[in-house]
Amino acid sequence: MDALILQLLNGMDKGAAYALIALGLTLIFGTLGVVNFAHGALFMIGAFCAVTMQRILSLSSTVIDETQKDFLGNPLKIEVPYVQSWFGDVAGAAIQDWSVPLSILLVIPVMLFVGWAMERGLIKHFYKRPHADQILVTFGLAIVIGEIIKAFYGANPIQTPSPAALTGSVDLGVGLGFEANTIIYSVWRIVYFFFAAFIIAAVFAFLQFTTFGMVVRAGMADRETVGMLGIDIDKRFTVMFGIAACVAGLAGMMYAPILSPHYNLGMDFLVLSFVVVVVGGMGSLPGAVLAGFVLGIVQSLSSMNEVKAIIPGIDQIIIYLVAIIILLTRPRGLMGRKGVMEE
Amino acid sequence: MSKSNFSRRGVLKTGAVTAGGLMLPTYLRADAHAGYTNAPQGDTVKIGFNVPQTGPYAEEGLDELRAQELAVEHLNGMGDGGMLNTFSEQNLDGTGILGKKVEFVTGDTQTKSDVARASAQSMIQKDGVIMVNGGSSSGVAIAVQGLCQEAGIIFMAGLTHSNDTTGKDKKANGFRHFFNGYMSGAALGPVLQNEYGSERSAYHLTADYTWGWTQQESMQASTEAIGWNTVQNVLTPVGAGDFASYLTPVINSGADTLILNHYGGDMVNSLTQAVTQFGLKDKVVNGNDFKIIVPLYSELMAAGAGSNIEGVFGSMNWNWQLQDAGTAAFVKSFGEKYGFPPSGSAHTCYVQTLLYADAVTRAGTFNPCGVVEALEDFDFDGMGNGPVTYRGADHQCFKDVLVMKGSENPTNQYDTLEIVEVTPRAQVEYEPDHPMFAGGDLGECNPGA
Repeated sequence: MDALILQLLNGMDKGAAYALIALGLTLIFGTLGVVNFAHGALFMIGAFCAVTMQRILSLSSTVIDETQKDFLGNPLKIEVPYVQSWFGDVAGAAIQDWSVPLSILLVIPVMLFVGWAMERGLIKHFYKRPHADQILVTFGLAIVIGEIIKAFYGANPIQTPSPAALTGSVDLGVGLGFEANTIIYSVWRIVYFFFAAFIIAAVFAFLQFTTFGMVVRAGMADRETVGMLGIDIDKRFTVMFGIAACVAGLAGMMYAPILSPHYNLGMDFLVLSFVVVVVGGMGSLPGAVLAGFVLGIVQSLSSMNEVKAIIPGIDQIIIYLVAIIILLTRPRGLMGRKGVMEE
Repeated sequence: MSKSNFSRRGVLKTGAVTAGGLMLPTYLRADAHAGYTNAPQGDTVKIGFNVPQTGPYAEEGLDELRAQELAVEHLNGMGDGGMLNTFSEQNLDGTGILGKKVEFVTGDTQTKSDVARASAQSMIQKDGVIMVNGGSSSGVAIAVQGLCQEAGIIFMAGLTHSNDTTGKDKKANGFRHFFNGYMSGAALGPVLQNEYGSERSAYHLTADYTWGWTQQESMQASTEAIGWNTVQNVLTPVGAGDFASYLTPVINSGADTLILNHYGGDMVNSLTQAVTQFGLKDKVVNGNDFKIIVPLYSELMAAGAGSNIEGVFGSMNWNWQLQDAGTAAFVKSFGEKYGFPPSGSAHTCYVQTLLYADAVTRAGTFNPCGVVEALEDFDFDGMGNGPVTYRGADHQCFKDVLVMKGSENPTNQYDTLEIVEVTPRAQVEYEPDHPMFAGGDLGECNPGA
């Protein structure tokens, strides 16, 4: 039972990441009708914003310590971070320690700009082109972004730790009536789950309860009619692209302590996220979130040793098996609408 | 009025034949035939460095490339000569190999077997290399080794730690300077017994490919030999990224030791997640403090894992902190050129380049069969790790192995690992027909052409 609960927690956490990325993908598809294969790259850029913030806060002055030697026998150069010089050792170290949460200050402007630049500079030219063209150009863009990241940050994964206070695990079992130390789970993953839930709720609230969101929803339902009312729907959709990029970036930023960022990180999530979108129903926001959690949980449960003892390797294919079954029984996905991508 | 003897058809035919001849791989052209593939012509000889320059092991590959370029410089008489000054054989004098200036071409394996084979094939057929050196990943090494055997080219494997490379997949044209999974297990076993006692239960997470399988088998054998119990071995896909679903079952498995048979980015991720997210190092199980072991270390992985490797035991082929003259000479050359210490894989590729050159010089020919003969059962010293032998029976290198531990009080950015023990070579040696290496056939050397 404890193993089952642990894998459920894993699935919720994994599903939260899938749901966040799929939510952004669906937003872009639902508003602009663009199949954006560069969305995984946006997730990666968010993760590298966390790396960048960590590096900014680690910028240092060099002091030469004549009493110590480096590997070649020369006097040792010691790096003293500026934040520690400016704010003192304790406060400076604390600021560095919280670099991942603080990188939200970097992620939001960067992702809004990247989203705007992508949409205005490239993607708008492909609105009226076939989906195959959109896939090719955005996939190419994803590769270019990955290579640029590699050129600046190298090919190795980069450690981006969570704050010390949110590192390690917490015993959840005691509260549920289990023995101590049987259900322990990562604190940061729990934080990630609640963060994802908050972002998802915020996006839905924005679309549901603001005038801007109402216009966007109207545009998603009938773009031409909204345009005939004198509303510049394109401008609002561009803003939605920026918001979708922000959601992906925030998801990546918070995922950096879970999975050390590397230049191929976006590709790792891209295919799975598309499966999530398709299973949820193309263009359906609640469908994307539901499918994200369903597939995350199914994948985690299938990786239990007891399951793999019966069907070895099932954890590697289960998502695709479930996708096939759902699409055979519900061709429009879990919550897909009639007419979307059916022309 | 003169009449031309050239017909349009004749010119086309001649042109086609000439173009076809020029397009032939160099080793099939008449002028390249000297009884072996890609016999060097003129006053240069070309060797190929086939390493991952993109993909998950790119950093390892780029460090190998740096070391190989340094080796070429030293062979051609540039720089300070590095290990040429400390090598027990003093046949190389900085005038290239057999008087021919050394040139090189590079290829990108991407850490994919098919890509690596295609890259090596291109080097052999288009560039006319006489030897292929380097690479990371045993899957790649085994694939390229097979290709070089067929083509009649010497292959000096780079970072390959699977028992199979010089076990069931050994080839006469291939040699390995790097150590292997069995040697890691043999070196680590007694140290682990000394540090953690004989009553432990180990849980293995293992990369699901040839290296992981043989590494796990070796570690299981060595830990069971010191009395440890193996709770479970779980295979994980290469590049899994998020290991949470593999780590959570460890918590209630009854195991008090986690052995991560992972390398590169997988090791960085699995260790980081085990330590920082699931707090495994802080657990107490069966009255024992929970311990994590990473059987194969590299400096680049250690840097990636940061403070999470503190106190974690592992093993290495070589480390820049060794105090012998050869190591000091190489670290000085490399450090002054690039500004940081070389990795273990850089050392391997550097040494292999020099050893190949020395073998050609001693054999007096580039013919692969002459080189194989010169390298088989070759004893030497002065290249780090003390006295070394390239065993003729399987082309595996035998030398001291290092047991390492993550530095607990690092003093600078390169102080990530500390040497716990230099395990003497005798402790890690085994018979060529050891069950873990059984099967396969070294075969005969193939000169190609």
